[in-house]
Amino acid sequence: MEYEPVIGLEVHCELKTKTKLFCGCPTTFGNEANTQVCPICLGLPGTLPVMNAKAVEFAVKIGHALNCAISKYSKMDRKNYYYPDLPKAYQISQYDKPLNYAGYLEVPLKEGMKRIGITRAHLEEDAGKLVHAGGKAGRLDSSDYSLADYNRGGIPLVEIVSEPDIRSADEAYAYLTELKNILLYIDVSDCNMEEGSLRCDANVSVRPKGTEKFGTKAEIKNMNSFRFAKQAIEYEIKRQVALLEKGERVVQESRLWDVTENKTKPMRSKEEAHDYRYFPEPDLVPIVLSEDYVKKLKGQLPELPGAKRARFASKYGLTPYDAGVLTSEQELAQWFEEGAKHTKNPKGLANWIMGDMAAKMKEQEKELKDLKFDQKKLCELVDLIDAGTINSKQAKEVFAEMFDAGVSPAEVVKSRDMAQVSDPKAIEGAVDKVLAENPSVVADYKGGKQGVIGFLVGKVMQASQGKANPKLVNEILKKKLDS
Amino acid sequence: MKNELLEKTIHEVSADLKAKKVSSVELTKAALDYLEEIEPKVQSFITITRDEALRRAAEADKRLASGKDVTPLTGVPIAIKDLLCTKGIRTTCASRMLETFKPPYDATVVEKLYQAGAVSVGKTNMDEFAMGSSTETSFYKKTKNPWNLNCVPGGSSGGSAACVSAGQAFASLGSDTGGSIRQPAALCGIVGLKPTYGRVSRYGLIAFASSLDQVGPFGKDVEDCAIMLGAIAGHDPMDSTSADVPVPDYAAEAKKGIKGLKIGIPKEFFPEGMNREVSVAVKDAIAQLKSLGAETVEVSLPSSPYGLAAYYVLAPSEASSNLARYDGVRYGLRIPGENIVEMYSKTRAAGFGPEVKRRIMLGTYALSSGYYDAYYVKALKVRRLIKQDYDKAFEKVDVIATPTCPNPAFRFGEKTGDPLSMYLEDIFTVSINITGLPGLSVPCGMSKSGLPIGLQLIGKAFDEATLLRTAWAYEQATEWHKQKPALKEE
Repeated sequence: MEYEPVIGLEVHCELKTKTKLFCGCPTTFGNEANTQVCPICLGLPGTLPVMNAKAVEFAVKIGHALNCAISKYSKMDRKNYYYPDLPKAYQISQYDKPLNYAGYLEVPLKEGMKRIGITRAHLEEDAGKLVHAGGKAGRLDSSDYSLADYNRGGIPLVEIVSEPDIRSADEAYAYLTELKNILLYIDVSDCNMEEGSLRCDANVSVRPKGTEKFGTKAEIKNMNSFRFAKQAIEYEIKRQVALLEKGERVVQESRLWDVTENKTKPMRSKEEAHDYRYFPEPDLVPIVLSEDYVKKLKGQLPELPGAKRARFASKYGLTPYDAGVLTSEQELAQWFEEGAKHTKNPKGLANWIMGDMAAKMKEQEKELKDLKFDQKKLCELVDLIDAGTINSKQAKEVFAEMFDAGVSPAEVVKSRDMAQVSDPKAIEGAVDKVLAENPSVVADYKGGKQGVIGFLVGKVMQASQGKANPKLVNEILKKKLDS
Repeated sequence: MKNELLEKTIHEVSADLKAKKVSSVELTKAALDYLEEIEPKVQSFITITRDEALRRAAEADKRLASGKDVTPLTGVPIAIKDLLCTKGIRTTCASRMLETFKPPYDATVVEKLYQAGAVSVGKTNMDEFAMGSSTETSFYKKTKNPWNLNCVPGGSSGGSAACVSAGQAFASLGSDTGGSIRQPAALCGIVGLKPTYGRVSRYGLIAFASSLDQVGPFGKDVEDCAIMLGAIAGHDPMDSTSADVPVPDYAAEAKKGIKGLKIGIPKEFFPEGMNREVSVAVKDAIAQLKSLGAETVEVSLPSSPYGLAAYYVLAPSEASSNLARYDGVRYGLRIPGENIVEMYSKTRAAGFGPEVKRRIMLGTYALSSGYYDAYYVKALKVRRLIKQDYDKAFEKVDVIATPTCPNPAFRFGEKTGDPLSMYLEDIFTVSINITGLPGLSVPCGMSKSGLPIGLQLIGKAFDEATLLRTAWAYEQATEWHKQKPALKEE
């Protein structure tokens, strides 16, 4: 039987506000444990939360960017559960009135765009971090002791929940990539997975292809990169299909992705199956947003990756793929677009950016801000090629020098005396000379071995020290030989 | 020996301090000496802060000498309920759970009192986590009613009420979630005021039920209460549920008289078979108000019989969540266990008393999936209905007058075996917390056995001034507030 996976993703995105969601503590990553805490984020008795307005602003921007309906009236709720990383023993989150709901994301796939529904994107606080010493597998219940660091506790998060619209691990990967790109574009999160500012859980089930009813799902947690997410989902689909093929059942449970074994493994059931006893957070007033405020934030959104991609493709004559690469980072897209103003051949510019420039940047671990040349210089190079001043082989040398030393391509061409000879008379002289020196080859050609023309072109190029316009050389040679 | 200065009210002793007839250090010493002398009888305090008090008194004297920033509270010894956080001074909530807890910060109300120059002599006893109506659930001690040491002082702010009644402090702060200021004020024969929800900051008030809790003052008379309220009221950026409503000069407002004031009398608060002494005293008080120029109007609050039931769903629900943080991980009591779950359960089993556990279980149950709609959501609906009743009544009247509690003070142990009978003590007070309205209790009589009776006045939201005005006018015409307890067993 053929099976179809059904996947929904939950992404937690840490907002890059300067201070935490309910207190004035800084949100900097990586500082010494418990140095960014106060009575409020430690949940000391008597303290009260106060909402960070910037966090609401960022959350609403996420809602807009994901085409969500924005609640004019939403509220915070308490999600009650015991865990030592949660100082109040409840997380302040949103339950039945999320800030953003009913949105969607257009995800570029090989076969075209796919719309994936966004159920909700709500605001909540992050928990602290535990470090377990001794015992097995770094788990709380088997450790000798555990250390708690509350620096992260209370940092604002937006949880973005997708509809179960995703049908493969590749689609999940594409969704995550696009989502991250959007979050970076609207500048609300660092999306740094190593630092945990973007985290992802996946709900995965399979069903016989062509049926409507969802299969039993498993929730996969602990996927610390998009690559792991893809691997974990692929594994989980195979595991579930294999179970069904054997006539067994899928158990509804939470599973962890084990990076060392490349497997998903069930979590201990004790750590799940909660009744969170949600109820409205009485210490905070409801979040009431005016129409003007919501509109104003929409107006502040930059052009989003999807729109930019479409515009690049049509305006600059790029393939969807190229447009996708150039818009994959906002800075790169800006760099390209600024450059496109200086050349008549933006496609040529795009090719250089994605080709030699990207390769060299990767090789030398450089970022755009480290480049020694600007867009104007790269455009100069494109134009020199288009004008036939240098050929593509020379262009690579010119590019290399520009990349390393920042000199302008025109200067390189001049200093190295590279300018391509495109004067037919000068080339004719050289051609005549080569023809005279190689009578046997000429005879071969006339005898029908037309392929030997390449040898003759090479000889002419050699004679011109590579500067002759190869296209012209070819034309003149042909004319003379065929006459 | 009780120094006669200790018989005075704040507005009287404050004049003496300003006139340099007495220094704050002298006054504070006298208060502390007397406090400690009678403490074995009354047991109002969990922690007495003598050194801290004398230090603050010396500061107050400097302020009084300079004549700058002198308020009616400058140099006056007061007491603070032990659920208001005090920096560096342990704050126990009368629970074993927080026996060693020293907050690193002051509650906003405490900070405000310090700013006004008040001198705190200590932290008062209470029902554990403010859950109770007799102060008997305290882990530490049983506070006695100064009018009869065999009787309870009421609760949960029993220590704060008893210490003012007995003259251990001039005034005190309490908190009121279902009657915890008004009921002990009534039982101890002093004035107690629960402000409108949002009138006073809750920052630093260790939460019992966040949507109901409110900090308020106890005073020997209405004017002292007005002075205390003026010092603690106002918006606090640290508490988003505190309201940005201007704070009037309550002491001045209190003296404006009640001619033409419309007082509502809700028939539901005078049920058949209620305690006769209480109903007679309260009806006499209403007649007195009438004779002072007020009009009385019968009003109906038909949903109020459901108030107690709704309260005992809402308050425990919030409490079950608010008290979840006491898990032994970061502060307070920790009983080690083999694993984290065992540590949690051992700690909470040892740290909380039976009444707290009962309410945590009630609340956890009410919020559980499958029961949430039947209990919590329904209680919220009742809350709205009760609110509508009061809104409707206040279209016709300025103040509503009722008894504060169904009975005068009861004996120790009388109701501890039957939680429901204890909960019924709150029957006249809880609906005011549910609606968020302000309520005040003023002494209005004495039972034959010599126990005080209280008149409850309920006002419109943020109209504490009218409550104080009504109570002040009543007080001027009566002598109840001038009677002093004998600190005797019967």
